[in-house]
Formats: sequence, structure tokens, C-alpha cells
Amino acid sequence: MASIKNLPDEELVYGSLACAGCGGNLALRIALKVLGKKTVIVTSPCCVMGSTTFLPQLAIEVPCVTAILPGTAAVMTGIAAGLKRRNEQDANVVGFVGDGGTLDIGLQSLSGAMERGERFIYICYDNEAYMNTGNQRSGSSPLGAYTTSTPGGEKKMWKEQSKKDMLRIVAAHNIAYAATASIAYINDYTRKVEKAMEARGPAYIQVLSPCPPGWGYEPNNTIQCARLAVQTGMWVLQEYQQGNMRLTMRPAKRKPITEYLKAQDRFSLLGPEDIQSIQEATDYQWETYYGRLESSK
Amino acid sequence: MGKSQERPVFPHLRSPVRPIKTGSWRTFKPVVDQEKCNSCLICWSCCPDGVIVKVEGELRVDYDYCKGCGICGNECPRAAIKMVRNS
Amino acid sequence: MVQKEYLSGNSALAFAVKLAQPAVVSVYPITPQTSIIEKIAEFVSNRELDCELISVESEHSALSACFGAACTGLRTFTATASQGLAYMSEVLPYVSGNRFPVVMAVVNRGMAAPWTIWGDHQDAISQRDTGWIQLYVENAQDALDTCLQAYRLAEDPEILTPVMVCLDGFTVSHTDEIVEIVDPEKIRSFLPPYNPPVFIDFDNPTTFSVGMPPDYYTPYKASQQIAMEKALTKIPEIAQEFEQYSGRPAGGLLRQYCCEDAEYIVVAMGSVVGTVRVVVEKLRAQGRKVGVLAVRSYRPFPVKEIGEVLNKCKAIGVLDRNCSYGYEGALCTDVKSALFDGDKQCRVLNYIAGLGGKDIQPSDIEQIFDDLEGAVQKPKNPDSVIFIGLR
Repeated sequence: MASIKNLPDEELVYGSLACAGCGGNLALRIALKVLGKKTVIVTSPCCVMGSTTFLPQLAIEVPCVTAILPGTAAVMTGIAAGLKRRNEQDANVVGFVGDGGTLDIGLQSLSGAMERGERFIYICYDNEAYMNTGNQRSGSSPLGAYTTSTPGGEKKMWKEQSKKDMLRIVAAHNIAYAATASIAYINDYTRKVEKAMEARGPAYIQVLSPCPPGWGYEPNNTIQCARLAVQTGMWVLQEYQQGNMRLTMRPAKRKPITEYLKAQDRFSLLGPEDIQSIQEATDYQWETYYGRLESSK
Repeated sequence: MGKSQERPVFPHLRSPVRPIKTGSWRTFKPVVDQEKCNSCLICWSCCPDGVIVKVEGELRVDYDYCKGCGICGNECPRAAIKMVRNS
Repeated sequence: MVQKEYLSGNSALAFAVKLAQPAVVSVYPITPQTSIIEKIAEFVSNRELDCELISVESEHSALSACFGAACTGLRTFTATASQGLAYMSEVLPYVSGNRFPVVMAVVNRGMAAPWTIWGDHQDAISQRDTGWIQLYVENAQDALDTCLQAYRLAEDPEILTPVMVCLDGFTVSHTDEIVEIVDPEKIRSFLPPYNPPVFIDFDNPTTFSVGMPPDYYTPYKASQQIAMEKALTKIPEIAQEFEQYSGRPAGGLLRQYCCEDAEYIVVAMGSVVGTVRVVVEKLRAQGRKVGVLAVRSYRPFPVKEIGEVLNKCKAIGVLDRNCSYGYEGALCTDVKSALFDGDKQCRVLNYIAGLGGKDIQPSDIEQIFDDLEGAVQKPKNPDSVIFIGLR
């Protein structure tokens, strides 16, 4: 079982031009350690593409294909079919895409690829906005977040909708494996990547990847933010296998969400009543759904 | 790409190519106190850029590419890493 | 014994794909190309064609999947039309910019709005700047021959540019005629296996489709233009080679009929050329010096070759099955530029016809030739775009 203690030393992404403290970069780095060299990474216009595949700096040390934004999963489909023809179907075909490219513009092609049931791993590194273009709201942005397209102002125009529950959409396709992860829980994440590799069909992992400039915190707090999200119950570590959704981490007592919200400037638009209603909504979700899920063995 | 390198014939190029040393970005740099460090590898596992390297039983920093984010200093359970103003 | 079948344009094209043996074919239906992919699926299901057949969920994904398979160094195919081509429009320069030799059949159909399922060239013409080679065929035999030549052209190491094989919706795609299926043995010699210069190789990691800063982008794009210009030489060469294998002339940049001494020429693309040819025969029998020039290769545009044919004319009628709204038919504009360096006494009239599948009658063509003869006497009229078929 892959864990910090036994991950290989070799870095398969190095010299990325990502921001200091980039959660997404860490998610890619760790995933590649588990996946190994017989992996082709497919990415689309997003922070990772801009920081690892743009001349003069090419930072990824495995074959890497950039795709157009709506079509990552379709490109992965073509690659998987091609590798099968070349008798290399044991290679990992791994999409590494942001939240926008996964659950907004990329949703259609991902749904199609999952429905076709090919063997691939789709990792969504979720920084909860279109960060590559400077923090515009996506379907994955949480309720109450400031983004440049929901900038608050006199109209209190923050993100008014809840975060899209992509894991349940993916699970509804009844694929081989699906999970949510956080870069603050590396061993949980590496184990999920391993399970994705073993899956005999499509596998999906959505890994929460905090973004210092976008979320509004000092770069040294990336892991702490990723931790608080889970500890407050606002991001739930789950996995879906054989028709069952289970928790892989159950906070013994959920911290109040203010600890998570206050750590980031993007929630500074919210007043105490707004925070209270989000707390109640979180509590309700845990009471009626998450709390009732079984834990993974 | 340096002047000596050819113009690409296809937009498909052998990787890696790393002329930009991102270490030039930082304001603060991490310094590992080897006495306090017990090689728990937490810093190694949470460095976004993988610049903490295992060398001769120690954990050292590749300052060519370290951006000085400070996550390692934050996460070290033994406070063995200090962020020091870049000289 | 040469195998002959009674086939529609779509079926003939599917037979060509069977002969070309692509490794990956992605399919998504749209009228009027659907019977191409149906026929290919039939071939695959009967083990007549061994390939990965991917039923994708959109045209954008159809071409994206071809792109992905091309990264692994394999021959691919897909087909589309009209709205589907427009939907995949961002993937078109993606494939050509990456120099992948995808061959795609485009069964030309008018663009909504208003909705139509019938043929005109607006769809492919709208995508003429995407760096794809565009070849327009006249009939089912032409479709089969051109598709095979398209693979040979696309995969040529000096070209490495994707090709659209364009056939008129319903007029060619759904009209049956006797088609010669080229001997598969001969095709094996004519069309060697695709030898990709770059492909996914785990021992030699490559980043595909990188980003380029401005200093690199322009010279890179210039290299695409150079490859397209080389295609102007390759297309006739490949046509000649194909003739040796098939025993019949098939292909080239242009097709001329009675143009050598013609004073009045109609220039057109696609199936309407056949109609014009019938009219030319009739008028020639009356002693009129008329001819028809079929443009087969629209991109790269054989500007020099067209100029050489047309420069001696008194008047030219360009028949466009499309319109670049706000100006004129796209073919007409390009033909005029071919005449730019020549004798500027020649008159050019533009006829927009056949939009949304409107049938172009021989009487329409006769009217064009009458207009051309009349035009020489009249002063130049700036209002020279004529829509045929206005009620």
C-alpha cells in the first residue's frame, strides 16, 4: 500500500512554473509517484498546463498530451484506444484536469468516457474556480466564495450556489472507482490513486487543492487549508466502489466552519448570519447523508 | 529555450526542459536543522515542487528550484525547518 | 477482375476507409454522413475491418478522440457535416497545428439557421482557414479515389497535414452509381503503413502540443504554410501514382473540360461540375466556346494553375455553393485573386446557387453562359453577386 514511507524518490514533475505553495502541483507530484513512468498525463488549459507544458519550461517527465478544454476525456479515450492497438494497454492513461475542465465545460466528454467504460484514471485537482484565468467562479466554487466573476460589491454578489457534487454525478455512472481526496491527507490520497490503478474500468479522483492567490492565504498554509476543509466537514473524504459510497475519514467532532472560512480571504464577504446558515447547511448534510454513510474498511 | 536551440519542427518536444530556475522567485528560504530533523518525511511529502531531497541520510533543499512557499516550515512537527530571509 | 459495386457516395467512402485500414475510427451521427459510419460499423462487426470503433458522445469528442489516437502514432478516421463540423471547429486547428494526418469525410450540408439537412458548401468553407487540406469530389467514384489519396497525402512526411474529403450532401452522398473498388493488394503498395515521426513512447517522454511564446509561434505557423504549399506539388504527383494502381485518372488539383480554347468558363466545386459539363457539351455542339473548370483542391488553393487556365478568357462565371455574407462567394474571391496578375480585361461574375440543397438546373447554367457573353459588352457592374433561385 503506497504511503509517504514507501513512495519512490524520483520526481516526475519538477521545475513547474506553478505559484509557490500550489496545491495542484503537489497533487500531481504525489499522483505521479504512485502511477510511475508508464503513464501518459493528459491535461487541458488549466494551471497545470500553463505551468508545465509551455515553452521554454517543460516540467513533466512522463509522456504528456495537452487537450482542448471540453475534450480531455475524449482525447484520453483516443489515447487509450491507440495504446490498446499498440499492445500497451497496461500503461496508465491519466487525465489531470482542473475543476472547470472537469465538471463545467468538460462534463460532457467525461460523462461519455465513463459511460463507454474504458480503463482510465481521471484526476480532478479542485482549486474551486477557474484559477488559470485569475479566479472566476466555476460549478465547483463553494457557496459564499469571492471570485472575480462573483466579486461581492454592493449587491453582495458572491457565489450563490452550492458546490456541485461531482462525486455523486460520477458515482451515478456506476464506474469502477471514484473518490474524493485532500492533499493534507497524503496516505489517503496515495491509497486512492493505487485503487484507481487497480480498477478495471474508469476511475475518478477529485483532490482538493488549495490555491494561495485564489483563496487568499499565505502560501505556507496550503496544507493547513486542505486539512481544515476536511476537519470542518466542508470537504468529505469518500470513496465509491461496487455501488457503495463510504467515508474514508470521519472527523470525530467537526470543527466549526469559521476556522476554515476565516483562514481564507475569499470568504471575507460573508457576515455572521451567512456563516451561520452555511454551518447549518453543513450540519444538515452530515446529519442526513454523510453521517449515515459507512466507513471504508 | 536558448538561442542555440532549434525552432521546433512539431509542437511535440522531449521533456523535461528546465532553463528557468524557480529558486530565483523566493523571498524566504527554508533551512533544515539536521539535529532536530528525524526524517519523518512530512516536509518531503508536502513540498509542492519536490525540492526537498534525500541525500546521504539527510533531507536537503534544492535551492535552484525552491520557491520559498514555507509549507515545509509550517508542517514540520519538530519545528526543524526555519524560513530565513533569502540572502 | 475489377470489383464493381453499385454504391452511394457515402458507401464508396466507407469502402475507401476499409481499404485504408485506420486503427481507430470515432463515430457520431449527423445527416447526411451517418451512412458512412453505419457502413464502417457493419464492416467492423463482420470482421472486414479491424479497428477500434469508438462511439463518442459528440463531434467535438469525435475529432478529439482521433487526435488522442494520433498521439499514439496511428491512422484514424472520422466523418461529419454542417453543425457537427462547426461544433468541432476548435479541434480543427488543434489537429492541423499538431501536424497529425487525420482524414475526415465532410458531407457538405448547409448551416442553420434556418435548419436544413440538404447540401451546400457553407460548412467546410467556413473552416477553410483552419489549416486542413480540403478536397472536393464530384461523385461516388471520386469519393473513394480521393479518400485513399487523402491518406497518402496526409501521411507524406513532407506534408503531415490533415485532410477533409468533401462530398455534396445527398447529391453525392446518397446517389448510387457504379463504383470500382480498387484491389486491396494494389492499395497496400499505394498506401504504405503510417510512419509517425513522433508518438507516445514511455522510454522517451515527450510533451505533445506544447505552448509557444510569440517568438516561436510565428515561425512554427510558417512551417505549416510551407507544408500546405508543398501539397500543391504532391497532390498531382499522388494522383498520377494512383492512376498507375487504379488504371484510371483520378484526382489532381483541378479538372478541366473544354478549357483550352474557351472564351467563357464556369468555375465550380463538387457535384454541380457534372451538370455544367452537360451544358458545356450542349453549347459546344452549337459552336460556342465554353468550358468548365472544377476546383478539386480548395485548400491549398492552386492560384497559379487556375490563373493559367482562366487568364485567356473573356468572362468567367464562378458558381459558389456558399456565401461569405457581406461580400461574395468564397471561391469567387479566390478565383479573382488568381486572375490578379493576368489580363484584367476578363470579367468575373459570381453566382450563388444550390444553397440548402436547392437543385441547380442545366437551364440555370445556360443562363450563366448567356450572362457571361452579355457581360463582355456591358460596363463593369460592381453589383456582380447573383443569387440563383430567388423566388
